[in-house]
Amino acid sequence: MSEHEYTPKSNVGKWFNDRLPLLTLANHLTDYPTPKNLNYWWTFGGILTFCLITQIVTGLVLAMHYIAHADMAFQSVEHIMRDVNYGWLIRYIHANGASMFFLAVYIHIFRSLFYGSYKSPREVIWIIGIIIYLLMMAAAFLGYVLPWGQMSFWGATVITNLFSAIPLVGEGIVTWLWGGYSVDNPTLTRFFTLHYLIPFLILGLVVLHIWALHVPGNNNPIGIDIKKPSKDTVPFHPYIVIKDGFALLMFMIVFAFFVFYTPNILGHADNYIEANPLVTPAHIVPEWYLLPFYAILRSVPDKLLGVIAMLSAILILAALPWLDTSKIRSAVFRPLYKQFYWILVADVLILGYVGAMPAEGLYLLIARIATAYYFLHFLVVLPVLGFKERTTPVPLSITEPILGGSPNLAAVKKKDSFKDQ
Amino acid sequence: MKNFFRISLLLAIFLGFQFNSKAAEKVEYLKTDWSFKGPFGKFDRAALQRGYQVYQEVCSSCHSMKYLSYRNLVEEGGPEFSVEQAKAIAASFEVKDGPNADGEMFMRPGKLSDKFVMPYENEKAAQAANGGAYPPDMTVLVKARGGGVDYIYSLLQGYEDPPAGVILDDGVYYNKFMYGNKIKMSNQLSDGLVEYSDGTSASVEQMSKDVTTFLMWTAEPHLETRHKMGFKAIVYLIILTVLVYFSMKRIWSRIETKI
Repeated sequence: MSEHEYTPKSNVGKWFNDRLPLLTLANHLTDYPTPKNLNYWWTFGGILTFCLITQIVTGLVLAMHYIAHADMAFQSVEHIMRDVNYGWLIRYIHANGASMFFLAVYIHIFRSLFYGSYKSPREVIWIIGIIIYLLMMAAAFLGYVLPWGQMSFWGATVITNLFSAIPLVGEGIVTWLWGGYSVDNPTLTRFFTLHYLIPFLILGLVVLHIWALHVPGNNNPIGIDIKKPSKDTVPFHPYIVIKDGFALLMFMIVFAFFVFYTPNILGHADNYIEANPLVTPAHIVPEWYLLPFYAILRSVPDKLLGVIAMLSAILILAALPWLDTSKIRSAVFRPLYKQFYWILVADVLILGYVGAMPAEGLYLLIARIATAYYFLHFLVVLPVLGFKERTTPVPLSITEPILGGSPNLAAVKKKDSFKDQ
Repeated sequence: MKNFFRISLLLAIFLGFQFNSKAAEKVEYLKTDWSFKGPFGKFDRAALQRGYQVYQEVCSSCHSMKYLSYRNLVEEGGPEFSVEQAKAIAASFEVKDGPNADGEMFMRPGKLSDKFVMPYENEKAAQAANGGAYPPDMTVLVKARGGGVDYIYSLLQGYEDPPAGVILDDGVYYNKFMYGNKIKMSNQLSDGLVEYSDGTSASVEQMSKDVTTFLMWTAEPHLETRHKMGFKAIVYLIILTVLVYFSMKRIWSRIETKI
């Protein structure tokens, strides 16, 4: 990966590096040539790493005081909130941290969609990212069950019941997942175990995600291939480190505001009522970050088809590098795609909104239209756009955005060379 | 910097959605000034002590407070009773302890370390004594209701004669703030029901406000610490952000690129 061979200066360093090239790795990470035109949307990768580590560290402390038992879980959470030193702080960081994590991941994903970061040669980074996102949703759902409030219990019941839609073996699978005939203590203990496991799987995948990123290097706002290292790049340290650090601090201010001043606003009040299998809440709603998918699930009248639609909505993202037929990466040079991109953003926000509302009347109708459009965007709009769209001239490099003469040549040339392949 | 405005806009939209979806289910609650609201909000000590009195004399005959201990009454950021006062409060309750050396359970006066004594042995007993409705535990009640303190405050003052056409069963009462308007708890407060030792007149409004303040504290006993720490944390972060911003400008000035 490194353009030049690195040798440590000291003899001890050399001795160690020959046996385990950690210093070479560190050198690669600090020297890593990064496009110098990356904007602030690119800082969310670092922010997400911070979120993951925050969740792991706070989660570790919470796990020391939490009791995964149906009769004691709720009480142990109250114990953390009241009697554990700064337990309230740790728990509020963890609970709001999940929301912050998803906020950041959605920005990260939509940045990728805008600038075409998922396209060749970065498909593997993208697919690993989708797997991380799936695991995040699993971890978030499992974690929401642990306080054993009413929403925990009934959310767990609704989501695990989705598996009963599988023909023939569905009911059996649900019983197997529950470890009994309803959501109960065995469900809670296994959910706790899995909730503890998944973040470490995510951590491993994050390493792969970054490794895969360091092979082709970062995409950039104008989406062109750049020479590395060159006038177009800066070393990761200190340029990107300080910029990511600055953005992270801004993010932390927002995070702190939630933790200290409105710690419960993103949660549901019913989760402060201890789980009661005999009382069903008036509305069972998931956390805000799962609402768009919840809306898709409920917009399909058939249970099995609803589950399939919901899963497809996520898995379709993995096929995105091949569904998007345009060779131009950045939406900056794709006037039509840019418009469809913002329609998709609006569509997902609308899905999120109707997901929080009762599935009836106008809300259901809107949910159905928005669901249909979601799939239309990926299955029809993107493939067709690649062939039909007239893109604007793409510059040759970052430092020389528009060359004298005809910059269009570059774009045309590029397109042609892709077609030849 | 342009991007920051975009990011903030996105955040604003995201927050807007959140508030919107909550606003949709909101009724107009009665309003009052809560001393604990806002970034510098603190509890009103006297209101907490009066609120405890209302809870003790009125609510606690049916509603438990199972996550609270008598020692909490002394702690900083709460009603801050003196240790002697709290000991006296605890000792006024009979606590079941044991088994002793003979294997017998026995009753003894409460200590600071005891949890609040429950009005009923268990949930079933509570239901049996209250026409089948379980009076919810009050420790985190404020956080367990969508409307929070405003809802509890309003509910306590929301009893009315049912409008024409609404027929109530025996033991069911009409309350304009209750979900579905039917509530199994009768109107508990009436002017002058308790006698405040500090001379505050015990109007229904005053008692509602005091007891709701008390319930906010039982739900969020560390609220004051949280507010104080939040202010420090955010000021610290802002200063650090500004410093890092200028370092960043300095570092990036080495190359000719705008950031």
